[in-house]
Amino acid sequence: MEDRPSGQLPEPLHARPVPRPGRWVSAVVVLVLVAMAVNALVTNPNFRWDTVWLYLRDVVVVRGVGWTLVLTFGSMAIAIVLAVLLAVMRRSDNPVMRSVSWFWIWFFRGTPIYTQLVFWGLLSVLYPRLSLGIPFGPEFWTFTTQDVITAFWAALIGLAFNESAYLAEIVRAGLSSVDPGQTEAAKALGMKDAKILRRIVLPQAMRVIVPPTGNETISMLKTTSLVLAIPFTLELTYATNQIGSRIFQPIPLLIVAALWYLLITSVLMIGQHYLERFYGRGFDGGRTGRGGRGPRGGRKPRKQDLIGASGTTKDDPFLEVTP
Amino acid sequence: MTASAEAPGTAETMVEVRDVHKVFGRGHDAVHVLKGVSLDVPRGSVTVVLGPSGSGKSTLLRCVNELEEITAGSIHVGGDLMGYRRDDKGVLHRLHPKVIAKQRSRIGMVFQRFHLFPHKTALENVMEAPVQVRGLSKAEARRRGLELLDRVGLAERAEFYPAQLSGGQQQRVAIARALAMDPELMLFDEPTSALDPELVGEVLAVMQDLARSGMTMIVVTHEIGFAREVADHVVFMDDGVIVEEGAPADVLDNPSEPRLRDFLAHVL
Repeated sequence: MEDRPSGQLPEPLHARPVPRPGRWVSAVVVLVLVAMAVNALVTNPNFRWDTVWLYLRDVVVVRGVGWTLVLTFGSMAIAIVLAVLLAVMRRSDNPVMRSVSWFWIWFFRGTPIYTQLVFWGLLSVLYPRLSLGIPFGPEFWTFTTQDVITAFWAALIGLAFNESAYLAEIVRAGLSSVDPGQTEAAKALGMKDAKILRRIVLPQAMRVIVPPTGNETISMLKTTSLVLAIPFTLELTYATNQIGSRIFQPIPLLIVAALWYLLITSVLMIGQHYLERFYGRGFDGGRTGRGGRGPRGGRKPRKQDLIGASGTTKDDPFLEVTP
Repeated sequence: MTASAEAPGTAETMVEVRDVHKVFGRGHDAVHVLKGVSLDVPRGSVTVVLGPSGSGKSTLLRCVNELEEITAGSIHVGGDLMGYRRDDKGVLHRLHPKVIAKQRSRIGMVFQRFHLFPHKTALENVMEAPVQVRGLSKAEARRRGLELLDRVGLAERAEFYPAQLSGGQQQRVAIARALAMDPELMLFDEPTSALDPELVGEVLAVMQDLARSGMTMIVVTHEIGFAREVADHVVFMDDGVIVEEGAPADVLDNPSEPRLRDFLAHVL
């Protein structure tokens, strides 16, 4: 059943291609416009590229990049855990769980992130003391809010709670994208619900969850600049703005921040590509498996793969088959 | 597996379905799918369930391993009441999902649309339940998985993902996956209905081999030839009840019910 060409392949047809002068004209026009834009950027002295270059490597700026990364990844990590929890609660049989999840998502999506961050910053004013104890009963430990919820933790929690509401909907969409037959098959094998979720449903849902979550991470990278509402003042945007005001050159410092954000986004996009490839294994005829392990990776493409790769036919192996 | 077939109590009942009703929905939308079905499946025997679509045959199968909760009646598998426990005072208690999962793990099920786990290779599919449910070591599960894949003729496809296999191969992997839990009972829900005609034979051959080894099987199918050749008992269902049942020769060649005669005329 090996699909190799049998005997002599036929001589392909020789035909002159359709002339497409429009392609050349449009390409030239666009390239000229690009050249003009680059020229306008590079040659304009007002951008002060020397200042940009100088502050791109400034200690305060690099430290700002560090804090921005900590806030981005920290809040996303907390948000992902919360989101899975919220999505599972949303699908629960228990009406209390469903309602709480619905309310959380409604509240944190429904109010501006800026307002939420201001409130987290004001928490120590609203509740000067926090205590641990029996609800409505005696208190065992009491803390001063300011000592526990510092500006950093307020920023982290504020970003994470807001993000969890958006991610919860993404996770829910991912979970519902998995064929219910998968759960049934796992049940029939005697697997318990928690295990079915962890081993069977979530790994397949990830294929749907990863791309929008990558999007959210990139969005979060820039949302971290809003934590000045708390105020938390160490991250990239605040740091560069401050330098810009001090040296009376706001524009080069804005460019410094923008370049850093671009660089981080590029790295994130590469990471997302590999994550998507990992969770896509088994879904595309195995062309992007773990690689290097027999038929998982370095396999010769099958006939159907080659037909599919030409992009002229629609081939969905999971298409519903109704006999 | 073979031991049970040769055990002295061959006539012992493996599955005992008593007056089972299943109603989907409630109020005006309620649908009465099973209307008092009773069925005995002796250990080591093969029962084929025939019937037009909508007759409730798949629902009956799904009730046997608790994928559907029955509305009334009782189902015993291997002497155990499925899904419930009756205490000393005769009060019925719903079983904890953990216990139900344990009951299910003794029953293998093969689905019309295979439902292999697409993110796992054929071998990983077969290994999943023994490792995750039984707590078997990976090495042991792997050895046993390869053995089972060999039994269904797919040893050399162990490292392939389901999407790289044909429908017939996928269904054979699904059978191996169910067998990996050493079930006492195998349920087949139209195992060949989603297959291209030329792939049906390879799946039926595996099933026939399994029947010969003494496995207790309930098979919902439209393959009359398989019923004639392999079944010990044929059941014809229509509109939620068993209309006629008996030995394949009697039921298939001498149908007394006009509905069954009509059905056979359409299928053959």
